Amino acid sequence: MLKKENKIFKNLYNEFGWEIENSIKRDDWKDTKDLISKGREWIINEVKTSELRGRGGAGFSTGLKWSFAPKEVGSRPHYLVINADESEPGTCKDRDILRFEPQKLIEGCLIAGYTVNAHVCYIYIRGEYLNEGKRLQEAIDQAYNKNFLGKNACGSGWDFDIHIHYGAGAYICGEETALLESIEGNKGQPRLKPPFPALVGLYGCPTIVNNVETVAVVPTILRRGGKWFASIGRPKNTGTKIFCISGNVNAPCNVEEEMGIPLKDLIEKHAGGVVGGWDNLQAVIPGGSSMPLLPKKVCDTITMDFDTLIENKSGLGTAGIVVINKDQDIVECMARIARFYKHESCGQCTPCREGSGWMWRILDRVVKRKATFSDIDLLSDVTKQIEGHTICAFGEGSAWPVQGLLRHFRKEVESRCREEPLIKKKLNNPYLVDQHLLENKNA
Amino acid sequence: MSIKKIHDNQPKEFKFSDENLKKIEQILKRYPEKNKKSAVMPLLYLAQRQNDNWIPLAAMKYIAKFLAMPYISVYEVATFYTMYNLAPVGKHFIQVCTTTPCLLRGADKIVKLCKENISPKENEISKKGSCSWMEVECLGACVSAPMVQINDDYYEDLDEKSTKEILISLINDKPLKPGSYRGRKNTSPEKISISNGEKHA
Repeated sequence: MLKKENKIFKNLYNEFGWEIENSIKRDDWKDTKDLISKGREWIINEVKTSELRGRGGAGFSTGLKWSFAPKEVGSRPHYLVINADESEPGTCKDRDILRFEPQKLIEGCLIAGYTVNAHVCYIYIRGEYLNEGKRLQEAIDQAYNKNFLGKNACGSGWDFDIHIHYGAGAYICGEETALLESIEGNKGQPRLKPPFPALVGLYGCPTIVNNVETVAVVPTILRRGGKWFASIGRPKNTGTKIFCISGNVNAPCNVEEEMGIPLKDLIEKHAGGVVGGWDNLQAVIPGGSSMPLLPKKVCDTITMDFDTLIENKSGLGTAGIVVINKDQDIVECMARIARFYKHESCGQCTPCREGSGWMWRILDRVVKRKATFSDIDLLSDVTKQIEGHTICAFGEGSAWPVQGLLRHFRKEVESRCREEPLIKKKLNNPYLVDQHLLENKNA
Repeated sequence: MSIKKIHDNQPKEFKFSDENLKKIEQILKRYPEKNKKSAVMPLLYLAQRQNDNWIPLAAMKYIAKFLAMPYISVYEVATFYTMYNLAPVGKHFIQVCTTTPCLLRGADKIVKLCKENISPKENEISKKGSCSWMEVECLGACVSAPMVQINDDYYEDLDEKSTKEILISLINDKPLKPGSYRGRKNTSPEKISISNGEKHA
């Protein structure tokens, strides 16, 4: 369990007020000038010592990412972009940071901006978070009034401006290159990597893209030392993390805990336990909808950190924990996730655009008990054909949950299938037409 | 990808109001001079607000001219993102989150209530009052599930009773306040009184 003094986000539930005066009382903006004056090398080293890994899902080392930015500014300016396009089902941590701890984010932006040589920062907020964006704008204005931003920000000698850019309801814009496309005024379709945004990003300039939570913890790490942060959690999986626990629990909540906390502790101690008791647990999605689910057997003992979850063929992702108990139809839950991916596919790569629809339609047939046994193998085959054949990680994100379902709940799926196809008579349809979309009159 | 249909009845002309033109000046300052195109998303939002929460084709043409970009690029952006409405919606526009975390806690019941109280079909303007509803994907308030977004505000921790009250208040054009409908403070864990999960919808 995380000790109270080690909590970074003390105002996660807005008990102490979000305004700048209150957050200064909580040590935000304390000695920011001194921290910056220690120089880029020191900041990057301290972040590397802390072993901070990105909190947006991929878990890439933040210190390393920052060191990829060119050391000298050439003919093109550098940009810092903050990814606040939080749309992964099961995740709502960034929303609370934007609402209640905006100064931590703003201070983090200044430090990160200085470190990667950026004078301008764009915060990309999902369009639905309009009120959160307004709150953040107020917080930014308060920071400008105190000269913490703008020319010679916070007395550091570094000019720094923050702008908010709203998204408009596209999940894919959480992918960093799609996000950059969206800021540039195009539709949000991911770019091929390489070149990575650190070299060719926003407007073709070097750009560092970070998640809200990653940047918001940096000031505290620098103040208390990278070693302090590294002492929490497990090696390579250090520090604290905001977990969002939703679904069939008695008290769904956001809670900051140390990395590597057992999943069972997290659910029982913070979220009031599974509805109907621990034995009523069916499965848990540990890291937002794109991570494969874990059956109860694994949930009994697993700890919540990047590496342990990867060993169990899942992932920490954004740490959005969705608890599913035995009262729920697991296939229906996953079919709904498949529908989400079908809806959100940007349509750029064929395997993902077509495959996400195939997966949803097959799962929907299973839910309605209209599928055949051969459909299961077909489904498994479709997931394999999407995975690894797309420009961005959306392909994996949509295929993995279905693979997880087949891995752990194949019996459940099979019990809903039938031997004979519903449409027996051979129809003279072109190859690509989906049989089930036709009327069932021939059945 | 979502299918979006353009409204049949398009107004012939669109022009930003003077107030919005001033806002646009501020918006354009955020982006580098040669990258005016970046402002297309904020401008589409402004157009949507000015035109009763939907964007006519005339507005897209206007914005394209304004930002010196091809009309088709603006059209592309407006049809790609789901939050731009291309056909009229109700004065009270209800978006029900139905993705898995909300579904687990009873979002289907909220959809049913919308069908009963507002209109049997999505995106239809109600006979009484001026409301419309639609199902949307995850709105990012999963620990406060089930929830709906009405215009700009989130209504969280709903159950059947509170949803019905909210819907009726919208039909009567006296909307209730947004926020949690179980009286909890933001996303903090609650003290548990009932352990069989009777509390949610």
